[in-house]
Amino acid sequence: MSETHTFRLDGDEVPFAEGQTVIQAALSAGRYIPHLCYHPEFKPHGSCKVCTVKADGRAAASCTLPARAGMAVESDTEEMNDLRRTLVQMLFAEGNHFCPSCEKSGNCMLQALGYDLGVMTAGFRHFFPDRPVDASHPDLLLDFNRCILCELCVRASCEVDEKCVFALSGRGLDKHLVVNAVSGRLADTDVALGDKAVEVCPVGVILKKRVGFAQPIGARRYDARPISAQALDDAPRPGNHRSGCGACEEGAK
Amino acid sequence: MTTPTLHDPTLKSILREHGREPAALLQILRAVQEAYQHLPSETIATIALELDVPIARVRGVAGFYAFLSERPWGRYRVLFSDNVTDRMQGSQDLLAYMCERLWLERGHVSEDGLISIDTTSCTGLCDQGPGMLVNGRAIGNLSRERIDQLCELILAQIPESEWPIQLFAIVDNIHRRDLILGQALQPGEAIRAALDFGDSPQRETAANARSWREAVPGNATGPQAVLDEIKRANLRGRGGAGFTTGVKWQACRDAAGQQRYVVCNADEGEPGTFKDRVLLNSFADLVFDGMTVCAYAIGAGEGFLYLRGEYRFLLEKLEAVLDARRRSGLLGKAILGVPGFDFDIRIHLGAGAYVCGEESALIESLEGKRGVPRNRPPYPVTNGYLQRPTTVNNVETFCAAALIARHGADGYRAVGTAKSAGSKLLSVAGDCARPGIYEYPFGVTVRQVLEDCGAVDPQAVQISGPSGVCIGVDEFDRRIAFEDLPTAGAFTVFDQSRDMFEVARNYAHFFAHESCGFCTPCRVGTAMLRNIMDKIHAGHGTPYDLREIERLDKVLGMSAHCGLGHTACNPTLDTLKRFRPAYERRLKSLDFEPAFDLDGALAVARQMTGRDDEGAHLRTETPT
Repeated sequence: MSETHTFRLDGDEVPFAEGQTVIQAALSAGRYIPHLCYHPEFKPHGSCKVCTVKADGRAAASCTLPARAGMAVESDTEEMNDLRRTLVQMLFAEGNHFCPSCEKSGNCMLQALGYDLGVMTAGFRHFFPDRPVDASHPDLLLDFNRCILCELCVRASCEVDEKCVFALSGRGLDKHLVVNAVSGRLADTDVALGDKAVEVCPVGVILKKRVGFAQPIGARRYDARPISAQALDDAPRPGNHRSGCGACEEGAK
Repeated sequence: MTTPTLHDPTLKSILREHGREPAALLQILRAVQEAYQHLPSETIATIALELDVPIARVRGVAGFYAFLSERPWGRYRVLFSDNVTDRMQGSQDLLAYMCERLWLERGHVSEDGLISIDTTSCTGLCDQGPGMLVNGRAIGNLSRERIDQLCELILAQIPESEWPIQLFAIVDNIHRRDLILGQALQPGEAIRAALDFGDSPQRETAANARSWREAVPGNATGPQAVLDEIKRANLRGRGGAGFTTGVKWQACRDAAGQQRYVVCNADEGEPGTFKDRVLLNSFADLVFDGMTVCAYAIGAGEGFLYLRGEYRFLLEKLEAVLDARRRSGLLGKAILGVPGFDFDIRIHLGAGAYVCGEESALIESLEGKRGVPRNRPPYPVTNGYLQRPTTVNNVETFCAAALIARHGADGYRAVGTAKSAGSKLLSVAGDCARPGIYEYPFGVTVRQVLEDCGAVDPQAVQISGPSGVCIGVDEFDRRIAFEDLPTAGAFTVFDQSRDMFEVARNYAHFFAHESCGFCTPCRVGTAMLRNIMDKIHAGHGTPYDLREIERLDKVLGMSAHCGLGHTACNPTLDTLKRFRPAYERRLKSLDFEPAFDLDGALAVARQMTGRDDEGAHLRTETPT
């Protein structure tokens, strides 16, 4: 482990190791910065912009911003939270999100983030895009209506599963998920139930068939505690003993 | 037509030519698209197999670029350039006329698969518009007569390679020459001059070294001396951002790693800009000299010219120039007889993506990927093409660098202003008598340019395209210079008859169409801005919508991933500030009006029932 330096996050000193980005250092230190497309187990790519902070006065995505000694980071400010609220509203307006009928309700990061940031309405005119579902696979359902284009399944499928089942095509508002088959159908890919890519979807796009609502509403991940508290449990940091996450075990050593 | 598979000789030769390299994916797809007018899914599967990349990745790249398409378009794919200047020259009327003549709906393929008509972003023919692309080949000066002629050629199914050559004539339209356009350098002259810099020529020392760059002892001679001269000339990038060229070159030269690259950014996509078209058409040797001087200074062995797909018509000519240079020892091994001075240039064609003008997106595209801007740092000077040190400069910057190598920094700095050395090429178009290329020393006033190009009664000038600024009459004494009005070159004139709201609406559509979609704020925000502008256009705008535009601007400015998002609201805010009446006369006096138009939603029902009487419309007036 290399030498430890510190930066200031909302006035408090936060230590970081060489090579860590601001959000990595913050989460390790038990400080929450709202985020969506960032996942501790994958290389950050900074597309959702929800984790934007002001570093020495300049706005930047904290998941890709390398931590520098002495930098002053503003995160939990009205200005930043207002920006995050707007970005989350944009995502709600972009796709077709109907929480009450969604199997992921209560386990969904977008929904949880919306509650945590105090999003009361979408605030924008909905786009109501036409996105057909892909129910071809015997065990899995793809409901593109809820896709927030975080690319976590893309990254997981390539980096962990080494299958590259998912990729993004199109551009702008037409950007969309595609699967690795000539037919374009999930059934014709080599995706499998145990794949990391299946587990990692933060919203209700990649769903397992025949287990819908097996876990009752009210007993789900974000029902008990807000995402801001849950995210710190998931972060790779000393003292975390949650199982099933390689990065966490690393942190617990 | 059968689907091209690996047994297809054309596909075979395309794959062979590009060496089955994943980095060549975009070039392969472009060539297949050109040969078959679309990318059949079986062909995509074949390419994926041959390149050993996932099908989904090939699809991802194919779906990113506007000129690539998985579904077949017409055998004649007509794309009208849709810049605001094309519209001012009557492109929309001509598009409707052509559709009517051919019994065709815009965006659809004719029943016999013969033709499809749609629009594309600015094709860079603003000085001789309206412009279009037919199967990728540029045609300018469109008129009803020309459309008639084209319709006849298409209906007679004459291949476009046999069309009258004058249809494809593109002229330079140079109206004012200065340092760059007025020079008369011979090919290689700038490189020869560069080799003479410093007090110990490398001719003796380079031979035994691993690379000629490492052979140069110390830092004061040879390549470093050329670099110092570029720095001393205070040359700044001509692509718009104005980064100091010498500092960029130095950082690239000093970066760790053996292989370095020089990239010339000719992805001139900013609506209203066409100077690179002219430089590459008539001054290609100067551009390549500049790239070679750069390669010498930073120690690069390979270079790329990233040519925007719209300028496909320049490809054969540019390849011929490169061949001639190879034959005369200006490219290839041991350039001008200097052992170890090895450098060659390859041309990489774009396929319709404005965002690739951003240097890191351009590098992604060079690597055959989707043109999504990278996270920075690290910057291309250290982690560029294939993560190796790479210098990316604008076409015009390389021209200026060649001049500095040949004539020295002092003469160059003597032209322009204290903070903006040298000259600038302006692409003048819009409402003026003499549209075309004007080269001025930095510091020229907008008023002077307007006078020279014969603009009558101008009300506004869009400087540097939609991502630049829009200025009004009271600002015409401002100067073209980094310290006042920095510009990549576009200079679009609007006279008093133009509706500045419609100008801004056109630009809003442009950004929404060109957003790469990587980050939330730009992907969603540019589409929202477009929708708000359309809502105002349709007569349903309210003051609330104007406040929404300001809110979007704040979100995009603060959190967008790259310059496209940061500047997407500029044309709207600039015109809102300077030409507010153009917006206000469209607004309803209400404070809020829903975007959903209830009466408009009944239009389909009215059409189906053949009714249009009063009872078939909703009354929106408040009852008395």
